[in-house]
Amino acid sequence: MINRRKFLTVLGAASPVVAALMAFPGTVLAWAENAFKATSVEDAEAALFPGSQAQPSGQVKLKAPQIAENGAVVPITVSTDLPDVSNISVLVEKNPNPLCASFKIDPALQPEISVRIRMGETSNVIALVEAGGKTYQASQEVKVTIGGCGG
Amino acid sequence: MALVFAALANAGPDEDRQALVNYFQQRSPDINFESYIDGAYIYDEDARQQWLDLEDFPPYEFDLEEGEALFNTPFADGGSYADCFENGGIAIRQNYPKWDRENGRVVTLELAINECRERNGEQPYPWKKGELASISAYMAYTSRDEVFAIEVPGDDPRALAAYEQGKQFFFSRRGQLNMSCSSCHLEGANVRLRAELPGPALGQVTHFPVYRAKWQELGTLHRRYAGCNEQVRAMPFPAQSKQYRQLEYFQTYMSNGLVVNGPSSRK
Amino acid sequence: MKVKSRSKNGIAKVKLLAKHPMHTGRAKDADGNLIPAHHIQTLTCEHKGKVVLTADFGTSVSKDPYLAFTIKGAESGDVLKLSWVDNLGESETVEATVG
Repeated sequence: MINRRKFLTVLGAASPVVAALMAFPGTVLAWAENAFKATSVEDAEAALFPGSQAQPSGQVKLKAPQIAENGAVVPITVSTDLPDVSNISVLVEKNPNPLCASFKIDPALQPEISVRIRMGETSNVIALVEAGGKTYQASQEVKVTIGGCGG
Repeated sequence: MALVFAALANAGPDEDRQALVNYFQQRSPDINFESYIDGAYIYDEDARQQWLDLEDFPPYEFDLEEGEALFNTPFADGGSYADCFENGGIAIRQNYPKWDRENGRVVTLELAINECRERNGEQPYPWKKGELASISAYMAYTSRDEVFAIEVPGDDPRALAAYEQGKQFFFSRRGQLNMSCSSCHLEGANVRLRAELPGPALGQVTHFPVYRAKWQELGTLHRRYAGCNEQVRAMPFPAQSKQYRQLEYFQTYMSNGLVVNGPSSRK
Repeated sequence: MKVKSRSKNGIAKVKLLAKHPMHTGRAKDADGNLIPAHHIQTLTCEHKGKVVLTADFGTSVSKDPYLAFTIKGAESGDVLKLSWVDNLGESETVEATVG
């Protein structure tokens, strides 16, 4: 298996993009594999926003049910009135891979996303927002039950 | 609570229906009659909000598309579903189940769909999901807002007998858990049973077929009947068996006056 | 993929439902074999030649993914290009006109 750094050197690693690749081997160009494969919220956050520590913020709004009707389809909405939003990400703390989805937000978009997620068990759902180069978060516990009768 | 109906032993289906409406009116004075088409979502706001979020762009949209395409595709012999039904099969859901005088039986819409196929030389579809559910969903969709108007003809005692047997089924205890439909959906409606909040018997069938999150697909009423029977550890009856057709006859009659709102999503 | 979009005062609400099994790779089939992971990885929305949204999904997004978002400066008649690519290289692209 070819060594990535060596391969890039062979290409002539003069370009800034490639230099960045060499400096941060985990740098995401397309799908954030490291973040999605992470098995803890901390590792997923670190992969998404290296060096950043998400601060809880009342300006990040997470709309999620108290008790999920069914863990396979939990409708949630993340919105914020923070300025300069560049990313909204959703994590489920107790899922085997907590990161559900990560949205790159262009300035043309209102900083609000609705999505339907899967939850394996009762867990905190965490909304991360990257705004003005800093990260903020809000979280809410969503209960997931197996009905026992109809469920 | 069978007492609600027993007292009316000599009265007819419409007296039964009125008794059921009064029963729920007394249980929940703040909930109006028309709302009962929404099932358990009239009782729980958190659950209702999730359901409304799903219905905003429902998971059964693809099934509806499939159902419409299937409905409009002619059979190999040139016949069509439209030829089998009144009004070309559009906006007729509210009339089913019907009493079939000629054959002395209850005919449900789904039974009629498959019999239409057979009359045109096609194989019948499986009863519980897939194409049949999609076609049933499409036909329900074209009938939305039509008012259920099930008839139990007074001049054919066999029709009343079929209705009564459906009613009996609803109130009969079965299975290892020894529960009846009424245990959960009459006295048990809006009562937390384990982690469930069962829906009311009034309006219970108006929104079928349903896309259940549990199934992750669309399924028919008789699929749910079988599932419910299994959940009280009773042997389920086959889909479109006489028992389930009669139960559907009784249940749909009980929803007369409410509108069609199928298909719908459920947990 | 079904897309619904309506603009009011230059603000377009967009809702979509993509048809995709979103297999997590953890579930088993009737024979007890693991169903391999098969899920949308990236979904994008383009408006006026610019990618306004890039949505990366893992396996915790529900089957038949739903997404709703709002584009500023989008009028009735504008064309949106929605595309997704999954982990097996399958893809779908749909154009939708803002209502």
